[in-house]
Amino acid sequence: MIEALLISVLIVTSVAVFLALLMVIADATIANYGDVNINVNDGSKDLTVKGGQPLLKALNSEGIFIPSACGGRGSCGLCKVQVVKGGGQLLPTELPWLSEEERKDNVRLSCQFKVKEDIEIKIPEELFLVKEFKTRVAAIRDLTYDIKEVTLELIDPPEINAAAGQFIQFQVPEYELTDEEVYRAYSMSSAPSDNKHVELEIRLVPNGICTTYVHKFLKEGDLVTINGPYGDFYLRDTQREIIFVAGGSGMAPIKAILLDMEEKKISRKIRYFFGARSTRDLFLVDEMKRLENALPDFTFIPALSAPEEGEAWNGETGLITEVMDRMLEHVEETEAYLCGSPGMIDACIKVLEDKGVPEERIFYDKFA
Amino acid sequence: MEGMWYYTAVFFAAVFTNNILLANYLGMCSFLSVAKELKASVGLGIAVTFVMASTTVLNWMVYNFLLEPFGLEYLRFIVFIIVIAAFVQLVEMIIERVSESLYAALGIFLPLITVNCAILGVSLFMVIRDYDLVTSFFFGLGSGLGWFLAIMAMAGILQKLKKARIPKGLEGAGITLIITGIMALAFMGFAGMLMLG
Repeated sequence: MIEALLISVLIVTSVAVFLALLMVIADATIANYGDVNINVNDGSKDLTVKGGQPLLKALNSEGIFIPSACGGRGSCGLCKVQVVKGGGQLLPTELPWLSEEERKDNVRLSCQFKVKEDIEIKIPEELFLVKEFKTRVAAIRDLTYDIKEVTLELIDPPEINAAAGQFIQFQVPEYELTDEEVYRAYSMSSAPSDNKHVELEIRLVPNGICTTYVHKFLKEGDLVTINGPYGDFYLRDTQREIIFVAGGSGMAPIKAILLDMEEKKISRKIRYFFGARSTRDLFLVDEMKRLENALPDFTFIPALSAPEEGEAWNGETGLITEVMDRMLEHVEETEAYLCGSPGMIDACIKVLEDKGVPEERIFYDKFA
Repeated sequence: MEGMWYYTAVFFAAVFTNNILLANYLGMCSFLSVAKELKASVGLGIAVTFVMASTTVLNWMVYNFLLEPFGLEYLRFIVFIIVIAAFVQLVEMIIERVSESLYAALGIFLPLITVNCAILGVSLFMVIRDYDLVTSFFFGLGSGLGWFLAIMAMAGILQKLKKARIPKGLEGAGITLIITGIMALAFMGFAGMLMLG
């Protein structure tokens, strides 16, 4: 009896050990690609990493964070990286995420593509500054009935180095609406000089995974993980007149840019068109009033598209596009910065182009 | 029945009358998730055929040379599973190393197969039906091809269905399972031809 037991244990163990040994040997020989070199942006960084691992992971281990929402499972399609040299052919798991043009430029999904030889890649410079931050919710306040301002205090690392207008990704933990961690992007509304805090303006979207979490569950003192900064929506260094256009929580990056201009004493002519349905959708009006006084030539132009009956309103009315159409003359030399829903932005770009603002001077941040 | 005829009979029975997917409903999960894409279905089908044929032979050897002599038949479930897992892992590593195009076409499906119950099922049937080595090979190959046939048929039907208006509640896995059932009924038409134990 005991003998039979011992034999069975012995057999199973030896089969398992044999196979495990086989795997270890295979891992060290067949799957061993040695150290490989990743040349980033024409030699601005030269990384030596262990071969055979996904590019996303390899870059992560070297402190370069590529935006990714699914954690490397190939289901979000965000972690695209252009591979200039080396790398071989596209995998079937990458195909659904890449457009014709991206395939031609050899853009790869970095979580699927494994580094097995020396490669050269190109990534946006600002990704070098991207870090993951542990933060604590310092304050939450209502800006309107559906927009909350969330202030996060950075814990580790304690400071963020961002340009006004950039965004971060907010990590939503598992809860009722999601059974995995997800990331959502939000613009920072705080001035970059306050590098110990990140302030966000988050509008409640019905059934939105992150917005519901923030509006219904998040409390002061909660810990939140974010990563960033990302994005190229920042003020260009010129002397041109500026047109800002925003709707709803599109206020956030523009507010950050305005605060930054105030601190840096930039004295360009600014007009800021802000679209809302009625007065209950307007917020930070006092702050804008203050900035009108603080900045040498700044006009805040809120416009209501559907003011309620009997509402005391002596400002502009109509769709933001109608108001812009009415008020903008001789704007060929201006720069425009737009932030809001895709529909609003597309309509505003059309108005601006009709008024003669060239396409390359219209910058925008679409909330998808 | 002896010799070549017997092998042929087992082979065809595994493809048609005892189709591992349609008669035994094994290997459903990867079938349901991959059948949407015709190209991926081809890749997965070939990979399943290859792995089934090879692991059946491997497991036959393990069973007859290792488990049976020591009277350890009851350990076959756990031993078969580790043999399959290790084999699939090893094949994936080798393919990734030697041929990039083969890896792109087949390699990425291999991890899916490790947990495919049809693979384990075929090894277990082989034991129950007391096949010899060569028969096991033909049985494994036939079962793999049968699975391949089933997923190809389903992928073809789903391509046609893309334009059809399917009731909301039946979209996705629902309609796929119903079609699989109808296909299984159709395959029962082969039943008079041959039958395995």
